Amino acid sequence: MVYIEQLITSFIASAAFGIIFNAPKESLVKCGISGMVGWIVYFALDANGFGTIFATLMASFLIAVVSQFFAKAYRTPIIIFSVAGIIPLVPGGLAYDAMRNFVENDYSVALSLAAKASMISGAIAVGLVFSEVINQVIRRSSLGPVK
Amino acid sequence: MENQDQTIEVMRACLLAGKIMLQSGAETYRVEDTMSRMASSFGLSQTHSYVTPTGIIFSTEGEGPERTKLVRISDRTTDLRKVAMVNSVSRKISSGKIGLEEALKQLKDIEEANLTYSFFIQIVAAAIASGCFTIMFRGSWLDFLPSMAAGGMGYFLVVYFHRIVPVKFFAEFLSSFFIGMVSFFFVKVGLGQELDKIIIGSVMPLVPGLLITNAVRDLMAGHLVSGLSKGAEALLTAFAIGSGIAAILSFL
Repeated sequence: MVYIEQLITSFIASAAFGIIFNAPKESLVKCGISGMVGWIVYFALDANGFGTIFATLMASFLIAVVSQFFAKAYRTPIIIFSVAGIIPLVPGGLAYDAMRNFVENDYSVALSLAAKASMISGAIAVGLVFSEVINQVIRRSSLGPVK
Repeated sequence: MENQDQTIEVMRACLLAGKIMLQSGAETYRVEDTMSRMASSFGLSQTHSYVTPTGIIFSTEGEGPERTKLVRISDRTTDLRKVAMVNSVSRKISSGKIGLEEALKQLKDIEEANLTYSFFIQIVAAAIASGCFTIMFRGSWLDFLPSMAAGGMGYFLVVYFHRIVPVKFFAEFLSSFFIGMVSFFFVKVGLGQELDKIIIGSVMPLVPGLLITNAVRDLMAGHLVSGLSKGAEALLTAFAIGSGIAAILSFL
């Protein structure tokens, strides 16, 4: 039940972010799908105790794979699908908690939360770049040099 | 002489494409890639470009004297539709479907076009996204409507303040301040349950997610200057949001 709720809300949230970022109308559903796939992977891994950073890494990797598929299929820049997809993973909640602890003069907790937030943003980017690199390696090795 | 005029026109087209893409939030490598591809399809194979978030320097080598042009980028938004449109123009150029004049005309049309969704739809989208985020961060459904209201208002305010005050930091600070205030009001009145969840959900439309990831990707791709400056911009936005919320929390 929780998973269905998360699937629906993450789909809607990512598609809504597509609207805020002014993605073309026909790509909004795909934005939603890439966000939904990423979020549900993150949610499932996190709920089963794999740790947020690993979960974020896997989710952003998967988002990049899905976005690459869409970008190839519809001949549009990959950024349209990946950006809306990764928005749910951005550690807004952690950054908020960190800020709150700073205000409450609890610096040691605040710093560790802030460090974790920056690790997660790093994991998002690494996941995206990693999948791009793998894609390039596959293309170069099987089809020869691609211009 | 004719050849030189042609070179200048090609450079103008390339820079226009690069400018639109950069203003619409494309990644640095995509901007450089598009410009050099366009130039080489028009017969300028030796080009160099230096792309930063605040300006593009583009120079060509070839027959005759070397030429260099510079454009300044003053404001940046996120407009993925324009990125896609410029991308398709550049595809058409590389496949030889359109010539230089037609390309310049299409790019100018894209630059002037205002293709955004209507402001009302954007606010509704921000409101819905805020509500959904509250649920995704394990808030209760009771907090769905309060965070929709706070998030939609926050997005409206950040756009509105940015129109009045050109300083982005100030607009973000003020609107997150109001988000905090409204959320606190909802909880106080009894409409909302958990203040934290409502605030986190409703600030999400302001969070610089695109900037953060673009920054790290630029850094990894070796575009150190753009990466660092985008990172600085993202950090400034995050700081503005955080301090706006913090100002409210310190009253609690």
